[in-house]
Amino acid sequence: MSYRLGVDVGGTFTDLLLIEDESGKTYRSKVPSTPSDPSQAVLNGTKRICEMAGITAKELSLFMHGTTVATNAVLENKIARVGLITTEGYRQVLQVARSLVPGGLAAWIIWQRPPILAPLECTVEIKGRLDSHGKVLRELSEKNILKQIKKLKAEKVEAVTICLFNSFANNAHEKQVEEIVKREMPGIPVSVSSDILPEKQEYERALTTVANSAVRPTVAAYVQNLRNELRAQNMDGQINLLRSDGGLMSSEQSEELPVALLMSGPAGGVTGALWAAKNAGYDNILTLDMGGTSTDVSLIENGTPRLTRDTEVGDLTVRTSSLDVKTVGAGGGSIAHVPEITQALRVGPESAGAVPGPACYGKGGEAPTVTDANVVLGYLPESLLGGEMKLDVEASKKAVQTVADALGISLMEAAAGIIDIVNENIFGAIRLVSVRQGYDSRDFALMGFGGGGPLQANAIGKLAQSWPVIIPMAPGVLCAYGDATTRMRAEMARSFSTRLDRTDGVALEKTMDEMAEEVRSQLSSQGVPRNEHEVQFEAGVRYQGQGFEVVLPVRQKGFGKTGLEDLANALHKEHEKLFTFRLELPVELVNLRVTVLGQEANVSAGKITKGDGKPDKASIVKTTTVWMDGRKQDAIIYDRDKLKAGDKIKGPAIITEMDSTTLILSDHIANIDDFGNILINPVKK
Amino acid sequence: MAARIIQKNTTAFKTVDVDPISLDLIENALKNARDEMDATLFRTAMSPGIREQGDAFPLIADHSGLMLAGQFGSFIQGFLNNFDGEIEEGDIIWLSDPYACEGAVSHANDWLILMPVFVEERLVGWGAMFGHMTDVGGMVPGSLPTNATSIFQEGIRVPPVKLFKKGVKNDDLLKIVLHQCRMPDWAGADLNAIVAACRMAERRVIEMCERFGVDSYISATNLLLDRNKRAMGHLIETSIGEEPVSFEDFVCDDGRGFGPYKIKCTMWREGGKVILDWEGTDPQSESSINFLLNENMLKMFFGIYMIMVFDPQILFNDGFYDLVEVRIPDGSLLKPKFPAALSCRTHALGRIFDVLGALLGQRAPEFLSAAGFSSSPHLMYSGYDENDEWFQLFQIGFGGIPGRPFGDGTDGHSLWPGFTNVPNEFLEAYFPLRIEKYESIADSGGAGLFRGGNGISIHYHFLEKGTIAIHDDRWFIYPWGVNGGTPGQRSAKAIVRVDGSKEILPSKCDDIEVNKGDVLIYDTWGGGGWGNPLERDPELVALDVKRGLVSKKGAKRYGVVVSKKGKVDTEATSKLRGEMADSICTEVFNYGPDLETLRKNCKKETGLEAPIQPTWDKKSA
Repeated sequence: MSYRLGVDVGGTFTDLLLIEDESGKTYRSKVPSTPSDPSQAVLNGTKRICEMAGITAKELSLFMHGTTVATNAVLENKIARVGLITTEGYRQVLQVARSLVPGGLAAWIIWQRPPILAPLECTVEIKGRLDSHGKVLRELSEKNILKQIKKLKAEKVEAVTICLFNSFANNAHEKQVEEIVKREMPGIPVSVSSDILPEKQEYERALTTVANSAVRPTVAAYVQNLRNELRAQNMDGQINLLRSDGGLMSSEQSEELPVALLMSGPAGGVTGALWAAKNAGYDNILTLDMGGTSTDVSLIENGTPRLTRDTEVGDLTVRTSSLDVKTVGAGGGSIAHVPEITQALRVGPESAGAVPGPACYGKGGEAPTVTDANVVLGYLPESLLGGEMKLDVEASKKAVQTVADALGISLMEAAAGIIDIVNENIFGAIRLVSVRQGYDSRDFALMGFGGGGPLQANAIGKLAQSWPVIIPMAPGVLCAYGDATTRMRAEMARSFSTRLDRTDGVALEKTMDEMAEEVRSQLSSQGVPRNEHEVQFEAGVRYQGQGFEVVLPVRQKGFGKTGLEDLANALHKEHEKLFTFRLELPVELVNLRVTVLGQEANVSAGKITKGDGKPDKASIVKTTTVWMDGRKQDAIIYDRDKLKAGDKIKGPAIITEMDSTTLILSDHIANIDDFGNILINPVKK
Repeated sequence: MAARIIQKNTTAFKTVDVDPISLDLIENALKNARDEMDATLFRTAMSPGIREQGDAFPLIADHSGLMLAGQFGSFIQGFLNNFDGEIEEGDIIWLSDPYACEGAVSHANDWLILMPVFVEERLVGWGAMFGHMTDVGGMVPGSLPTNATSIFQEGIRVPPVKLFKKGVKNDDLLKIVLHQCRMPDWAGADLNAIVAACRMAERRVIEMCERFGVDSYISATNLLLDRNKRAMGHLIETSIGEEPVSFEDFVCDDGRGFGPYKIKCTMWREGGKVILDWEGTDPQSESSINFLLNENMLKMFFGIYMIMVFDPQILFNDGFYDLVEVRIPDGSLLKPKFPAALSCRTHALGRIFDVLGALLGQRAPEFLSAAGFSSSPHLMYSGYDENDEWFQLFQIGFGGIPGRPFGDGTDGHSLWPGFTNVPNEFLEAYFPLRIEKYESIADSGGAGLFRGGNGISIHYHFLEKGTIAIHDDRWFIYPWGVNGGTPGQRSAKAIVRVDGSKEILPSKCDDIEVNKGDVLIYDTWGGGGWGNPLERDPELVALDVKRGLVSKKGAKRYGVVVSKKGKVDTEATSKLRGEMADSICTEVFNYGPDLETLRKNCKKETGLEAPIQPTWDKKSA
C-alpha cells in the first residue's frame, strides 16, 4: 500500500498527517517543534506516525512539507554573504532602492533602515549594456568580468547573484556572465535574475534574486539533510516542499529556488482550508489562521485562493507569487496596554510568546494577553489539552485588572474590550484581503483554525457578516492537510509593454506555446508526467499609463482570433468592479504568466456518525458562566469528539478538543455537518 | 461669503457617551479608510507623478471640516470660508486655485476634490484628496514656469466648482479644463482616481455611522480630536519654552538671478499656546518661488514634527489647532498677494521643514536633525518621439536624508512621505532616454558622528530632440550640519553635449534644448551631518570607504586615515584627530561659509554667477 505524508512545521508544534492513498484513511500526530534544527521534529514525527499506522518509511510514496526554514533564515538574518554583479552605473541599485522612507511626514527622523541583503562592498559592476528591447548597445568584456570576480573572491562571498540592466528583455549577457562565474568560482551557488524573475524593474528583480542567493545555503543544507535522513530510512518516494503560492515543488528544485519558499508556512493553512472548505461544500471562504503571536487571513474565491505578486517577510518584500495572506500581530499572546498619554486601549503587536506566555499559563507571564481576557470572560475552560494543563484563572484576572484600572472600567468590561480590539484588528486584515480587493466579505464564509481561530471566529464572522463561520475538523493541524493535499506547481512570467491594438494575437499565441513548453519540461523533470499537466495562463493588463496591472485569466486556445479583444473587454469590466469607473483608453499588455499544475490529490474527508440532532451526550459541563453581551450568561461545554452529524448547538456554548476551543456566541447556532465541521450561523429573528 | 450647507434633516447631533473601546474601533477604522483611499488612487491613477511617486494626499474630516485622518491637516474650512454657494448631497467640489481656498492647495498643478458625506440627509463628514497633475497648461510643459511673474502664466486655475451636482457629473466643465492640459488623458484619469478614492472615504464613513449610529460616530470623532488636543497640549507645555527662539534659512534664488530669499520664524509659548511668527521673512518674489502657506497646514506640519521628535506614538488629527497660532506677514514670500506666481513653491515648502525642525530642536539639540530639504528637485523632459507622438516626463528626484539623533541619514532617499523613484527600466521603456548612471555621490553627505545621506547623481542620456526644465535648490546655501556635524554638499547640474562640450546649468531653468546624444548630469544635495565626526567609529568610516560612499580623502573629514588596502591607519588617525579637535564647530548649527564668502566663491565653486541680493520697494516691503 502507498501513503502520503504531510508535515507542517510551526513555531510550537510540528503537525503530521498520514493518508492512505486508496482508502483515504488518515492518521494525525503532533510533536514539539525543534527550532534549532527543525528537521529533528520532522524526522521524529515521521517515525512516530509510521509506527502509529504500523508501516515503514518505505511505504511513503510522497512526502510533502511546509517549512519556515527560508522565512526564519531571513527573519533571523542567518543568510549567506551575497555577491552581486550589476551593470555599470548601477552598483548602488540596492543601496538607493526605491528611495522610499516608510511612514508619514517626518518619519525619516526615526526610520531605521534594515541592512542590505547584498552588502555594497560585495557588489560590483561590469561593462556591457542592453536597451529596453534587449538590443546590445555595448558588449561584455571578459577581462573586465574576471577583474570584478576577483573582488568578489576577496570579499569571500558565499553566493553570487547576477542582475544586469534590462536583462528581462534578453538574458544572453547574464548567461555569459553565469558561465564565467561558475568556472571561476566553483562550488559557489549562482542565481541569475532572468531565471528567477524575467520581469521589468531593476530593483525588484535584483532584490528578489539576491534574496534567493541569501537563503540558498541555509535551505540547501536543510533540504539535503532531510532528504539524506529520509533516504536512510529507506524512504525512496518523492519529497516535495510547499511553495509560497500554495503549490509544491521537488526538494531538488527548492534548493535552486528557495525564494519561492518564503511564505511556505502560511500557505499550508490556506491550502488546508481549501481542502476543508471543499468537503464542507463552500467555494468562497475567508481564512483565519490564528496562532500565539499573529493571525494570517486570506481569501478563497470559487475554490481558488487569491495570489499576490509580492511576498513579504519582515522588512523584505520580494517579487515572487504567494498566496495573498495578510498577517496581523494579533494572537492569543498579544499584550494589551494603555499608553499614558492617550489613554487608549491597545492590543499587540507585542506578544508574550510561548515564554513567558499569557499570565494564565503560570510560566512567569504577568502582562494581560488576549488569552487571559478569554479566560476572564469564561471562554477558555480551566483545563486545556484534555486536562494536561490547568489554567491559572486568578493570574488572568490580576493581569486584566491592570487594564481595567488604567481605563477606569470593570474587569469584565476590560476583558471584553481587549477581545473587541483584537477582533477589530483581525477584521482590519480581513478587509485588506476582501473589500479592499473589491470583494464583499458578506459573500464569503469564514473558516477559523489554528490554535486561536476557533475562539474568535464567531465574533469576527459577525463583524464581517461572513456566514457560516466554519470550524473544520482538527483545526490545529489543518496546515498539514494543506501540505498533503495540494498540487505540484511551476510558473513563469514575461514582461511586455505593448498596446493590445498594436499586438499580433497569433504571434502572442505562439509565445504562449513556448512559455508553456518551458514550464512543462520543468515540471516533468520534477516527476510529474505530461498527461497530468494542467496549463493556465494569466495576463496582466492595464490602461496605457497606469502603474498597476489587473490580472486576468486568458485562454491560450484560439487566442489569435479574439483573445486580444476579449482581454480588453475583461479589463473594462474588472476595472469598473474594482474602482467604480472605466476609461476609453488604449489597453496595454504588461505581462503574461503561465502556470502548470500537477494532478489534484484524491483525499476525501471521512464522514462521522449521524446523530439525532441533540448534542446532550457530548456535553462535559452542563453550566458554566460566561460574560457576553455585557452580562453574565450560562453556557454549556461540549466535547467535540463526541458530537455527531446533525447535532445543533445553541450559543452561548463552548466546544473543546485536544488543541483548540470553539466559542459559539449567544443568538448563534452551530450545526455539525456530515464531516464533523462546525457551521455557525446567526439565529434568525 | 461662506458656503451654505443644505441639509434636509437639521436635527442637531446629540452628544452621547462613547465607550473607550468603540472609540478605538472608530479610530482604527478611520486609519484603515485612509489607507484604502491611497490604495485606490495608486492603482488607478495614470501619471507617474502620482502613481509611482505618490504625490497625492488624502484626508477624512469631520462634519465641520477638521481632519480625522490624513497627513497635511485640513484645508476644508479654508474652502468653506471662501465658497460662495450651496453644498448639498451628491455634490463633489473640484478646485485648483490656491487663492480661492487660502492656500489649501498651493499651486495650480494640485487638483483638489472635496466630497461632503451625508447620512440620513445630514452632513456627517468630508472626504478629500489632492494630487499633482503632470500638466495643467500654461507657458511651459509641466506648468511650473520658473520665469512666470503672475499666476495667469501657470496654466488653468479651477475655482471651486461642482464636478458633480446632486450626483450628476458636469462633463462639459471637465472637457473645458482638460482641453487646456498638454496631457489630458493623464489628467482625466488622475482626477477620476482621486474621485474614486474620495468615494472610498465616503463609503467607509457611512458604514461607521450605520454600525455605531450617527450620534455615536460624531461624538467619537469629537473625542478623538479632544484626545489629540490633550496629548499635544501636554507635549507643548513640557517641550516648548516661553522664551522666543528664532531660526532662518534661505531659498537660494528665484530663477531670475536674485537671491537668496530669507525665511524666518520665531517660536514661543504663551500659556498653553504656541506662537509661530514668520515676521522677518522676505517679501514676495517677482517670480514663481512664492508659497501661499495655509495656516492650518502649517499647524499640522508643526504638530507632526513635534510628535516625530518627541513622541511618535501619538496619533494626530486637527484637534490641537487651537493650541497653535500662526502669524504670516502679508505680502511676504509665504503670503504673497494675488496674482503672484506660485508654481515653484516646492523650494519654500521644503525649507519650511528645515526651519521647523531647527526651531523645535533648539531647546533639546540632542533631538535635532541636520538639514536636508533641498525641495523636491524636478526634471521635465518633453518633445516628440520617433512616432511623432508627444512625450512629457515629470520626475521628482531625491537626495540625502540628514544625519539624525538616531543614526546616519540614508543615501538617495525621499524626505517626502510615500514618495518613490520610478524604476529606470520603466523610464527607458516608455521615454526616449537612457539612464547611464544612477548612484549616490561619495562624500556628499555631511560628516558627523551620524553622517548625512549622500545625494544622487543621475546621468540622463537623451535619445530625442526636446526641451528640459529643472527645478532644484541648495546649490548656493549649504544644507547645514548640527552638533558638530558638517554641512552636506550642494546640488549641481550640467549637460555634456554630444560634441563633448560641457555646460553648467542653473538650479532652476526652463526651455533648455537638448539633442540626441546629450547627457544631463543631475546631482542632488547631500544631507547635513549630526554630531562630532571625530567621534565616529573609524571602522565605520573605513567601511563606508570600502563601499564607495565616502572617499579616502573624504574620510579625513572624520579624522580617519585609511590605508591603501582599505584598513584604518590607527596611528595616523589618532594623530589627525588630535590635530582636528579644535576645528570642530562648537555652535549648534554649522551653516558652512557666510553669505559674503559664498558670493565671492560662487563662480569658482559652482560655475554660476552668484545671485544678486533682491531689493523691494516700500510698497511691497
